[in-house]
Amino acid sequence: MVRIIGILVGLFFTAAVLWAFGNGAVQVASQDYFVEKTAETEFHLHPKELDQASDHLVAHWDKQQLQRGYQVYKEVCAACHSLRHVAFRDLEQIGYTEAQVKAIAATWQVPGVDPVTGEATTVPGKPTDYFPLVYLNDVAARAANNNAIPPDLSLMTKARHEGPAYVYSLLTGYSEIPAELTAEFPDFSTPPGLHFNRYFANLNLAMPPPLAVDDQVTYADGTPATIDQMAKDVSAFLTWTAEPSLPKRKQTGWPVIGFLIFATILAYLAKKQIWARAKKKA
Amino acid sequence: MSFPWAKHYEPKAPFMRWIDEKLPLPRLVYNAIGGGYPVPRNLNYMWNFGVLAGFCLVLQIVTGVILAMHYAANAAVAFDSTEHIMRDVNWGWLMRYAHANGASAFFVVVYLHIFRGFFYSSYKAPREMVWLLGVVIFLLMMATGFMGYVLPWGQMSYWGAKVITGLFGAIPVVGEPIQIWLLGGYAPDNAALNRFFSLHFLLPFVIAGVIILHIWALHIPGSSNPTGVEVKSESDTLPFHPYYTAKDGFGLGVFLILYFAMVFFFPNSLGHPDNYIPANPLSTPAHIVPEWYYWPFYAILRAFTVDFFFVPAKLMGVLAMFSAILVWFFLPWLDKSPVRSGHYRPMFRKFFWVLVIDVLVLGYCGGSPAEEPFVMISQLATAYYFLHFLVILPIVSSIERPEPLPFSITEAVLGSDDKAVLGESKA
Ligand code: HEC
Ligand code: HEM
Repeated sequence: MVRIIGILVGLFFTAAVLWAFGNGAVQVASQDYFVEKTAETEFHLHPKELDQASDHLVAHWDKQQLQRGYQVYKEVCAACHSLRHVAFRDLEQIGYTEAQVKAIAATWQVPGVDPVTGEATTVPGKPTDYFPLVYLNDVAARAANNNAIPPDLSLMTKARHEGPAYVYSLLTGYSEIPAELTAEFPDFSTPPGLHFNRYFANLNLAMPPPLAVDDQVTYADGTPATIDQMAKDVSAFLTWTAEPSLPKRKQTGWPVIGFLIFATILAYLAKKQIWARAKKKA
Repeated sequence: MSFPWAKHYEPKAPFMRWIDEKLPLPRLVYNAIGGGYPVPRNLNYMWNFGVLAGFCLVLQIVTGVILAMHYAANAAVAFDSTEHIMRDVNWGWLMRYAHANGASAFFVVVYLHIFRGFFYSSYKAPREMVWLLGVVIFLLMMATGFMGYVLPWGQMSYWGAKVITGLFGAIPVVGEPIQIWLLGGYAPDNAALNRFFSLHFLLPFVIAGVIILHIWALHIPGSSNPTGVEVKSESDTLPFHPYYTAKDGFGLGVFLILYFAMVFFFPNSLGHPDNYIPANPLSTPAHIVPEWYYWPFYAILRAFTVDFFFVPAKLMGVLAMFSAILVWFFLPWLDKSPVRSGHYRPMFRKFFWVLVIDVLVLGYCGGSPAEEPFVMISQLATAYYFLHFLVILPIVSSIERPEPLPFSITEAVLGSDDKAVLGESKA
C-alpha cells in the first residue's frame, strides 16, 4: 500500500516538474538563447589580481602601507564614506603610538554636547570615539550623491566577493565606454551623474573617480603616490578595518593544525595497535 | 537489550562501587560506549559520522552559549553586536567563526551519515525507529540552522527570513495568517528576530534529547554493518571500547584538522559576502541564496515554475521541497529488498550513485541564480529525485536479484567461519 501511494505521489511530482521543464524548453527554443546577453553580462570584469601581506601564508600587516591607506581614507574617501565600526584607539594596531592616536583623533570632529548650552554639537575626537558618520541620514547622503548612498567602508572588503582586490580594481577601473560595447549594445549609455566602470556589477556607478590624479595625497613616508599605489594602500587599510584580527587568526591556525596533525598521527598508531589484537584473536 | 556475550560492568574501586549502587551512570556509559557494547567487527569509516555529528552538536552548543553572552537580539543593534563580538570580545572572532563553520561541518557530517544510511539501507528493520528519529533530527537541524543565520541581521539574514517565511504564504487560505503569526508582523523585524533567537537557543537541546532516543533505539538491535548481515555470534563483534573508541578518536582527529583549517584559513568562504551588509528592507540583494546546506532543497523549490492544473506553481514548489525530506520517513517501507547492503545489490547500487550525483547537481543549481540553464537542469534533477525514492526504489527492490551474501560477518572478514561448515547454507 505504501508503495502504491508512493509511486503515485512520485509520478505526480515528476509530472508537475516535467511540465514546468517542457514549458521552459518551449520558451528557450523560441528565443534561441539561454541567458539574454546584456552589456552587464558581457563587459563586467572580474577583480584584478592583488597581492597583500595579509594574504601570505605567514600573514602580517604591512603597517607602513596601512598608515598610507589611512591617509588616503582620511584625505579622500572620508568626504563621503564613514567607518563606523572602527575607533581611533584601534589605530594603535597599525603602528601609531598612543600620543599619535590622541593627536589623530583630535583632527576629527565627532558628535558631542556643548558644555555651556547642552545643545548637540561636534567636538574634537578622543581615542575612544569611533570614526564619525558623514551624513545625518540616508536622505542627506542621497541628496549629496546623485541619489546614491556611499556605503560605510568598515566591512567593505568582506562584503564583496574577493573584497580587497575588488576595491582596488574599482578604484583603478574607471574608463571610457569601449567601442566594442557601443557596437554590440548601441542602447547602452552612462546617464549623467554616473560613471562607467567595468568592475562594478551594472557598469555605471554613482561614485565619481575618487583617485583622479597622481600625488593626490602626499605620503609622509615618501612613497610615490601614484593612483595605483593609493588604490592598493587604501584597499589594504580597508582589509584591516574589516578584520583587524586577520593575521592573529592565521598565526593561531598554524600551531593548532600542527598539533592536531601530531595528535592524529598518535591516534592512528594507537588505533592500529589496538586493532592488531583483534586480528590475532580471531 | 544487548548480545548475551556482552561484558558486564564490574566496578573494582570501592568508590566506583559506591557510585554504581546509588546512581548507575558509569554502568550506563560502559554499556553504551564502553566494553559492554558489542559492535560488528567490520564497520568501515562511514560508521564514524554518528559520533562526529554528536561532537558537532556539543561544539555548536559550547560556542553558541558563549556567543549568546555577547549577542543582542534587537533589530537595531544585532548587526553591531555581532561585529562587537568579532572585534572587541576576547577570542570572539574565533567563537563566531567556529560556530558558523561548525554549522557547515555539522551538515557535512550529517549528510555523509544519511547517505551512509541510503547505501547500506540502514533504515530497514529492525532499525526503522533509529532512522525515523534521524529524519526528525535532520528537520530540527534545518530549522535551527535557518534561524541561526537570521541572527546577525545582515542582508542575507533578512532576505532569507523573508523568502522562507514567505513560503508559508503559498498555502491556500490559512497561509498568510500563518506567515504573519510566525513573524509576529508583516515582514521580518524585531519580533521575528527575538523569537528566532529564543528558538535557536532552544532547539539544539531538543536535538540533544532526540539524539538520546536515536542512540537508545540503535542500541536495541545494535549497529548494522557493511555486509548488512546481522550479528550471529560473538566472533562477529568487538567491544566498542577500546576498538571503536580508538577508531572514532582517529576519525575525530582527521575531522578536526579539516574543520580548523576552514575556521582559521577560510572562515568566510562558505558564507555570503552580503551578510556583512546590515539588513536593509528597502534594498533587495541581486541573488537571494540560503546557506549551502539548503541548496538541493532550494533548487527543488524553484524548479516548479509553472502552475500544474489547479495547483499554483509556488504551492507546488513548497510541497515538493518539504516532501523531498518527508519521503525519507517512508524509506523503510518503500524499499522492500531483503538485502540491506548496496554491496550486494547490483541495480540498487547504480541508482544510489545516480542519486548522489543528482543531489550534487541540485545543490549546484540551488546555489546559482534562478536563470537558464540552471532552472531546466534542476527540473530534470528534481524529477529524478522523486522518481528515485518513490518509483525506482520500490520497483528495483522487487525485481533485482541480489548477489550472494557472506554467511556471517566473521566469514566476510576472515574468509571462513567455523559455524558455517555446520550446515547453515551459504546460498
Ligand atoms: C564624492 C563622494 C565619494 C568619495 C570621495 C568616495 N566615494 Fe566611494 N562611493 C560613493 C558613492 C556615492 C557610492 C555608491 C555608488 C553606487 O551605489 O552607485 C560609493 C561606493 C563605493 C564603494 C562600493 C561599490 C559597490 O560595490 O557597491 C566602494 C568600495 C567605495 N565607494 C570606495 C571608495 C574609496 C576607497 C574611496 C576613497 C579612495 C571612495 N570610495 C571615495 C561616493 C564617494
Ligand atoms: C544531530 C545529528 C545526529 C547525531 C548526533 C547522530 C548520532 C548517531 C550515532 C552516534 C550513531 C551510531 C554510530 C553510527 O552508526 O554512525 C547513529 C546511527 C544512525 N543514525 Fe544518526 N545521528 C544524527 C543524525 C541522523 C540523521 C539526520 C539520520 C537520518 C536521517 C540518522 C540516521 C541514523 C541511522 C539509520 C543510524 C544507524 C546506522 C547503522 O547502524 O547502520 N542520524 N547516529
